[in-house]
Amino acid sequence: MLYVVISFLFLAIVLYFLLGGADFGAGIIELFTSEKNKSNTRKTMYQAIGPIWEANHMWLVIAVVIMFVGFPVIYSDMCTYLHIPLLIMLMGITARGTAFAFRSYDAIKGEKTQNLYNHVFVYSSFITPLFLGIIAGSAISRQIDLHPASFAAGYIFSWLNYFSVAVGLFTVALSGYLAAIYLIGEAEDDRDAKRFIKKARLMNIMALLFGGLVFIAAELENIRLAHWIFGNPVSLVAVIAATISLVMLWVLIGRGKKKIIRVFAGFQVTMILLAVGYMHFPYFIMIKGGHNLNLMQLHANAKTIDDLGWALFIGSFLILPSLYYLYYSFQTSPNHD
Amino acid sequence: MAISLGFHIIYSCIGMVMPFFMAVSHFKWIKTGEPVYKNITQAWSKGVAIFFATGAVSGTILSFELGLLWPKFMEHAGPIFGMPFSLEGVAFFIEAIALGFFLYGWNKFNKWFHWFTGLIVGVSGIISGILVVSANSWMNNPSGFNYLNGQYSNIDPIKAMFNGSWFSEALHMTIAAFAATGFAVAGIHALMIARRKNVVFHTKAFKIAIIFGAVAAILQPFSGDISAKNVYKTQPAKLGAMEAYYHTQAYSPLVIGGIPDTAAKKVNYGIEIPGLLSFLVHDNFKEQVNGLDKIPVNDQPNVTVTHLAFELMIAIGSAMMLLGVIYFVAIWKKKSWLLRNWFLKLFIIATPLGFIAVEAGWTVTEVGRQPWIIQGIMRTSQAVTPMPGIHYSFYLFTAVYFVLSIAVIFLLSRQIKMVPELYDR
Repeated sequence: MLYVVISFLFLAIVLYFLLGGADFGAGIIELFTSEKNKSNTRKTMYQAIGPIWEANHMWLVIAVVIMFVGFPVIYSDMCTYLHIPLLIMLMGITARGTAFAFRSYDAIKGEKTQNLYNHVFVYSSFITPLFLGIIAGSAISRQIDLHPASFAAGYIFSWLNYFSVAVGLFTVALSGYLAAIYLIGEAEDDRDAKRFIKKARLMNIMALLFGGLVFIAAELENIRLAHWIFGNPVSLVAVIAATISLVMLWVLIGRGKKKIIRVFAGFQVTMILLAVGYMHFPYFIMIKGGHNLNLMQLHANAKTIDDLGWALFIGSFLILPSLYYLYYSFQTSPNHD
Repeated sequence: MAISLGFHIIYSCIGMVMPFFMAVSHFKWIKTGEPVYKNITQAWSKGVAIFFATGAVSGTILSFELGLLWPKFMEHAGPIFGMPFSLEGVAFFIEAIALGFFLYGWNKFNKWFHWFTGLIVGVSGIISGILVVSANSWMNNPSGFNYLNGQYSNIDPIKAMFNGSWFSEALHMTIAAFAATGFAVAGIHALMIARRKNVVFHTKAFKIAIIFGAVAAILQPFSGDISAKNVYKTQPAKLGAMEAYYHTQAYSPLVIGGIPDTAAKKVNYGIEIPGLLSFLVHDNFKEQVNGLDKIPVNDQPNVTVTHLAFELMIAIGSAMMLLGVIYFVAIWKKKSWLLRNWFLKLFIIATPLGFIAVEAGWTVTEVGRQPWIIQGIMRTSQAVTPMPGIHYSFYLFTAVYFVLSIAVIFLLSRQIKMVPELYDR
């Protein structure tokens, strides 16, 4: 059952990166859209993510719940030493979600208030995945010190280092990229679709650049990232698969294959996460000095893990079909209310 | 944390109860075809969307806050009382999916399917609420594990979830949510009727909301009685503080009102009714109820705060029950009252009362448990994060909730203002 619970944990994390990421990405796209196209982008976005954004963010809640029920010690350390970035990410999630809801449900569409919602929405859409990436980066950067000499060493430099920030920027670019790919299929007309294709290409190049930066930062911080990834076959295959799907995507993106490119983009990001996740498994958080937090050891008692596994099983039978139907229902035809 | 929860409790009450109001008016629209019901449903659904978005993010904050502020508590308690949270995650997820269908599904689906998704929003909301309250009740009545020399063993999360207090607390909270939301919504519509704005719209909306609210307010004392008996069994210190009952005696008196004086162990200005506390706890007037003198002083909560919050809750609860009765008298015997200004004014004044009572009740259960975070097992002071400067996080959370609440009130007032333009066709 422990493996079931761990699989669900990774599944929730991957889905949050994909769906939540695409969701944040929509805001990032809006941030980098010229003034004259903004209202079009917003309209497409409202129809594309309006019905699903709240469900997308539930994966984070699921991941957190699995963490604190199944792996309380890891969760507790994470919350203590990554307190500040978690806090900023939470503020981002809050600002973003409410701004998105408020801008569509404010009964009086005043220019000033709408402007305020828009600003809050786009900037928090940028900051949240940045810090999500920083947290992910910090988990593998070996900078978390369980016996810190000072406040800064324990609670600031645990996450404020070149590597974590590079991962953060990489996450932002990936989010924008996922969103652009998603929005291509939701565009109202060809002109909009072309705009999103351009954005997708731009974001993809950004992601490659920041990806490169991650490797450079890893070298600077003495993190043997390249060695880990290329040193084990699963991660290596995952990286190769991601690269192939990237090439496929560039070939297909111009040919109007709207659905299939989503699969490729999602696959690509999943492979990146798999490569990183697998190379560290069963370690979840890497600690300075090597007492890494191990999922196979620091789990809750067997009865709790069993019950949690069953709860997740039953839950997924309820959630997955209805979630699928939700995406399916709101996918192609816009709602004419 | 307490403040975050204090705000969250309001968002979630409204988020779990409003869908039922919507379902009723939606049902009436499908059955009668009267457009006013569709308008009410849509107007309410916008309120629900605002509250759900706020409630969802505040719920996400809370799930992290547990770890951010109380990592030591979560480290031990997570595996034991986490089960309701994981199920709540599922229920919450389903609620979000159903809400997506409902809000964006007008004219898109079979109308009964659409109606059903709205109902699911409410049902999964209620289930979420019950699960979260069950987690809280575990802190009051910890079970499902053995505790020896600081070690937790033999953990059974299912037993922990169905601890001896979950039912009474969940029942009390669910009814409270209906009463508070019913009166709050009805009060706003009453205000609009009093101003003679869109009277048909607001009268129908008022009626749906107040029936839920009134029925709940009339039922609440019974669940309160179940709760009080359970509290005495499991947390005598809390009951003692609620009633400001210092000295163990036969024919135990119930104190109404009054300001407790902890140093002198007496209540000033209160009215004592001999035997009534015995009756409430033991169902007879004679049997002795154990008081605060049976509890070591450093295991006692703050009596003044707990007692006053409790009295406030009882006072408001009684007033709401009375209003509920007045409403039923009005619809059965005195139809003319319904549009009278004094009648409407009563309900306008009652708008915030339910939520004040909810907050007071929350204060009773949380302050009344102190100094424990897990009754009898772990003290609150042992649970807090070791990170220095934690109070800044605390201020930040408080500020966030404050801003959110202002934003929500602002948006709702604008929704209400726009009712004539949007729905008066």
